[in-house]
Amino acid sequence: MKRMFLLAATALISSSPLYAHNAWIKPSATTVSGEDGWVTFDAAASTDVYNADHAPMALEQIKAYAPDGTETPIENGMRGRFRSTFDVHLTKPGTWRVGIQNLSVTGSYKLDGQEYRVGGRRGPPPSAGGPGGAPGGNPPAGGPGGPGAPQRSGNAPNFVASSADFSPPAGATDVKLSLSGMRNEVFVTLGNPSEVRLTGQGLEMQPISHPADLVADEPGRFRFLVDGKPAAGLEVEAVPDGRRFRDEQGTIAATTDANGEVTINWTGPGLYWLHTDYRDESSPRPGITGRRFQYTANLEVMAP
Amino acid sequence: MNRIAYRFMLAGAVTAGAAAPAAAGTVEMTVNIPQLRVAEYHRPYVAIWIEEAGKPEIRTLAVWYDYDNRENGGTKWLRDLRSWWRKGGRTAAKPADAVTGATRAPGPQRVKLNTPALKPGNYALVVEASREEGGRELVSMPFTWNGRSATASGTGRTELGAISATIKP
Repeated sequence: MKRMFLLAATALISSSPLYAHNAWIKPSATTVSGEDGWVTFDAAASTDVYNADHAPMALEQIKAYAPDGTETPIENGMRGRFRSTFDVHLTKPGTWRVGIQNLSVTGSYKLDGQEYRVGGRRGPPPSAGGPGGAPGGNPPAGGPGGPGAPQRSGNAPNFVASSADFSPPAGATDVKLSLSGMRNEVFVTLGNPSEVRLTGQGLEMQPISHPADLVADEPGRFRFLVDGKPAAGLEVEAVPDGRRFRDEQGTIAATTDANGEVTINWTGPGLYWLHTDYRDESSPRPGITGRRFQYTANLEVMAP
Repeated sequence: MNRIAYRFMLAGAVTAGAAAPAAAGTVEMTVNIPQLRVAEYHRPYVAIWIEEAGKPEIRTLAVWYDYDNRENGGTKWLRDLRSWWRKGGRTAAKPADAVTGATRAPGPQRVKLNTPALKPGNYALVVEASREEGGRELVSMPFTWNGRSATASGTGRTELGAISATIKP
């Protein structure tokens, strides 16, 4: 419930309908043998993870990184009604990282009495009677839209494009700007696993149990870091695939310790959606008043 | 002896010559591959290895797979021997020639495999089988090595039958 609330709050400042649901990337395999290999993926957002019934993930955001960190194009991308699909050709042995990582500044400030909103929308909300948002999109941030809704008066907010290094202009007041980041990733290993590289930015997971080593009868251990520092007290959850075929959610909940570490006792083999989020009101740099990060790993846990 | 057995002996001799001065041992074993009444039968992939109690490293003695398959040299499905793959099979793109063999037909398969020299201690001889359109099974047979000889045996229920082995220096 807490997660849904947070995601709903994030949705207000986000351009993507993805954020209002649980985003996931489902691999056809994470353990691959041979001199090279192909893996195909489904990527979407939905209430029940891995059950494609809501919105596809935008392919433009999805990237694949070879074990040495070089970016590799994804192939055969297709955006369906409920999910996107794409393939990755594994050409080098080691652990590949496939998914989304983005970082941007979102929020608002005032300048000369005018409100400015940063990120979240590329332009003003659609005017009454005009074309509505894209299917699955969020309602206009200003409130109820549609024909007959009252027009906002002349103090409607201005919209400013966002970026990771955005700073408010000199003289800005009422600054509420967060550094917002989202990661959603799958680790795929061809042959022998390699170390997972970290960037030191945003909310990241450092595997203590390597994603290629996860087995149902051994607990999985992971460390979470915010901007490269261990994040204590994060509420982490692991949701197993297959929600449609059982009554309960089956969520495994755990909290990170002082070292940012968490232990997950799997309830069986399968695909797990490992998720956590982080928010604070700290100032990572002048002009920014908070941090909002989300992290998801899509992990395969093998039968022993 | 067929071509494959020769391949074992030849490669094994080379490995033993290049390895540590301690004499390598042998494992003489019989692995029963069950006859299955199924519409589409494929011979199983089989991995045989020794693991030492409490140690993560394994010593692969044999991998029977479709090594001359045109598609990826048969290595694409080695991951389905999932225990062997995770414990050590994946450290190389394909198994060393010394341990590679072709898949084997149902019935008792008698083989003599080379092992690296073992220090006295507790070990397990492990056989894992995985079959296309079929199941996967692992039989772990503990034995204690005293430096002279040991025997190990076990029985599978689905993809493997009775297994017996004699380990000698």
